[in-house]
Amino acid sequence: MTPNPYSFIVIFVGVALVFPLIPLALAWLWRRFFQPPKPGVQKNATYECGVESIGDAQIQFRSQYYLYAIIFLIFDVEAIFLVPFAVAFTGLPVGAFIAILVFLLLLIEGLVWAWSKGCLNWAR
Amino acid sequence: MADQIDEGLRSELQRQGIWVTSMEELYNWGRRNSIWPLQFGLACCAIEMIATAASRYDLARFGGEIFRPSPRQADLMIVAGTVTKKMAPQIVRLYNQMPDPKYVISMGACAISGGPFKQGYNVLKGIDRYIPVDVYIPGCPPRPEALLHAFMELQRKIDEQKLTGNKKAEHLNAAQPSEFPVPAFGEHDLEPPANPDVFRPLKLERQ
Repeated sequence: MTPNPYSFIVIFVGVALVFPLIPLALAWLWRRFFQPPKPGVQKNATYECGVESIGDAQIQFRSQYYLYAIIFLIFDVEAIFLVPFAVAFTGLPVGAFIAILVFLLLLIEGLVWAWSKGCLNWAR
Repeated sequence: MADQIDEGLRSELQRQGIWVTSMEELYNWGRRNSIWPLQFGLACCAIEMIATAASRYDLARFGGEIFRPSPRQADLMIVAGTVTKKMAPQIVRLYNQMPDPKYVISMGACAISGGPFKQGYNVLKGIDRYIPVDVYIPGCPPRPEALLHAFMELQRKIDEQKLTGNKKAEHLNAAQPSEFPVPAFGEHDLEPPANPDVFRPLKLERQ
């Protein structure tokens, strides 16, 4: 009888579970029998380069920052895609050319929108 | 335990390719060969520390190359440089945030006593005023070889730490504190100027 060709995935998952669990269990046993736990106010405090942290670490960023995300996409991520496009420009088939144009158009729309909203003006 | 095994039998077994060890030795072997330092430098000694970690002196040979940017993952604090009074509370707080067992190397004259800046109004006269130091390295700054030597001394110390019994390591003692009070900025100096539980300088007795 031949084993199921996918059985190695089950073995792999099993090993992947057991491999980290053994050290964790060992560490737990170690703590249980040898190392007395020593929690403390500062030890459990939020790490902030040794400075006392101000406020809570579980904060939410304001949704207004989406503007920066959009502008970052336009000026940074787009450039990364444009470089290989420019290098391979002469050898590109028509389909790929149109695809990149659609991609560019989507981002230029964003630029136009950001511009018209006045996001590119310096705040005074 | 290792001292219950006959040394002669042990070396005989070792010659035959059988290595006998104890839990304690195995544990300490693992610990001493993976001392992860906390990644921070204070002054010119830090440059020597960086040189020690880089390829020429190669701290990785002793298992200490993984400088951790978070105290949660660090075992060793290398106080490399002048500790100003402005910086001292942060150093103590970082030490407090390190998990046990933790060790401190006081690197260079400044970290030991204030060094050439001892008379400065803003310089702490030795980090051992607030946290317990395991190894002191004299020098201004100490050469990388000196830091390696201190590292090996620390390895030797870890190797000799007992897990059980009366002489067990300090960090295994539940009464031994893991946190030390952080000094506050006073009007003229840090308050308190030293932690009397930690700082016990030798008294000079004049006849």
